[in-house]
Amino acid sequence: MPEILWIVIEASVKALALVAGIQLMAALNVYLERKISAFAQGRIGPNRVGPFGTLQPFADVFKLFMKEDIVPKNADKFFHALAPVLSLSIAIAVWAVIPFSSYIQIGDRIIYLGIAPDINIGLLYILAMTSVGVYGITLAGWSSNNKYSLLGGLRSAAQMISYELSMGLALVGVVLITGSLAMNDIVNDQVNNWGGWRWNIFIQPVGFIIFLIASFAETNRAPFDLPEAEPELVGGFNTEYSGMKFGMFFLAEYANMTTSAVLIVLIYLGGWALPVPPETLGLEQGSILLAAAHFGVFFAKVLLLLFFFIWVRWSIPRFRYDQLMNLGWKVLLPLALLNVLVTALGVIFLK
Amino acid sequence: MNNTKNTESERMNFWEKLYIPEIARGLGLTLAEMFKPKFTRQYPEERWEPEGSYRGRPVLVNEESGERCVACGLCSRVCPALAIEVQAGETEREKERFPTKFEINMLRCIYCGFCEEVCPEEAIVMSKDYELVFQSQDDAIMDKEKLLVPVAQLQDRLEFLRQYR
Repeated sequence: MPEILWIVIEASVKALALVAGIQLMAALNVYLERKISAFAQGRIGPNRVGPFGTLQPFADVFKLFMKEDIVPKNADKFFHALAPVLSLSIAIAVWAVIPFSSYIQIGDRIIYLGIAPDINIGLLYILAMTSVGVYGITLAGWSSNNKYSLLGGLRSAAQMISYELSMGLALVGVVLITGSLAMNDIVNDQVNNWGGWRWNIFIQPVGFIIFLIASFAETNRAPFDLPEAEPELVGGFNTEYSGMKFGMFFLAEYANMTTSAVLIVLIYLGGWALPVPPETLGLEQGSILLAAAHFGVFFAKVLLLLFFFIWVRWSIPRFRYDQLMNLGWKVLLPLALLNVLVTALGVIFLK
Repeated sequence: MNNTKNTESERMNFWEKLYIPEIARGLGLTLAEMFKPKFTRQYPEERWEPEGSYRGRPVLVNEESGERCVACGLCSRVCPALAIEVQAGETEREKERFPTKFEINMLRCIYCGFCEEVCPEEAIVMSKDYELVFQSQDDAIMDKEKLLVPVAQLQDRLEFLRQYR
């Protein structure tokens, strides 16, 4: 079989699995969100559809499919339809460079779990894609021809641009230490040193906090959910959306949430690092068992972070707009710059 | 008075300005809340049994000898929502009058209980029935067949009413 054909088949199988996986993760997020919010409020939450209500998200999506798709009379029909597609496709596109586990070796062929985790522009690609994500929301707000939607879209654009700076600068610290933009290198750097405990959170605590806050803002999650602030903007950019178009925004939001959790785990929380070196467990590098163990650790960390995301949403009230901008420009940006400076000096003098 | 002095930065101390300890406290509060017992009632399985004082669907009391109602029409007269319609008939029995037609339109009823209060025979009382679902507007008009309830099922309410006689 020619090499190029093999690559195409491998990539498309991985892509299909990924898209299905992201949808399932979104469903899991919806379920977790509803359950955790219920528990935090002294309720029980969904428990009717399926065992413990686990099929609730599918029922929700089915309901959205059945709903009438309403387009406002004066809306720009093309962009109104394009915006949710853009949001969702960009949310999924980020996953092209994300690795899920260490590689599997079959014969002399190395299979990475992830479409292109070894690509040398990984981090740049992720930052670029998350910045493009704002287009979906802004377009949705503008094309609806509704002042609340437009305000929501504008807020989203302002918020994302403000926090993207600190997000990128926080990552610069990690890049300086690792010396690579590839996701695999960043993770392996944490896994292979200090017996799997050289997590970037320990050497970049400030960067971690900045990145965490910025990713809350990037995903439009509470306490930074100003673009869809229900009390002020009647739903913000998705006011004029109904049916599956709204469903796609919904999916995109949860896919983004998963992306952020995965990124935080990969970049700061040691990725798939096992608590003990794999040699003590008798697992060989490149074996399927070790890859599965790595994936399990990685997935557990992602779930914990998702819980944290939801937990924060149901605990902390929304920021006021001026507080949001103050935090972004006057606190996080100088801190991120300082962090880059200190990290650079540290790299020069300690390495 | 200079109100501009009382700014956020002057009211809060250093740790409050950092926000992070306060956020952690807030998170701790919600986490503790997650493990507390829940008070949700699992409704269709676990039904709520009202007290005698509950004013549910008005019903006619049915004894072994027949209904108590003598079709005086007071309930119909007092009903503020004009929900009750009574037509009287006569029989040869000891209780000479009875309603040939007794209808309550449940879409009009406001559950005020005036009909029960005004009834001289204690023949119409408010039941504990709170599950009122109709498929059509015609279903909501309850005739005698639907209204008559055996007296044994209404003991709680009759006892409650007797306290105030």
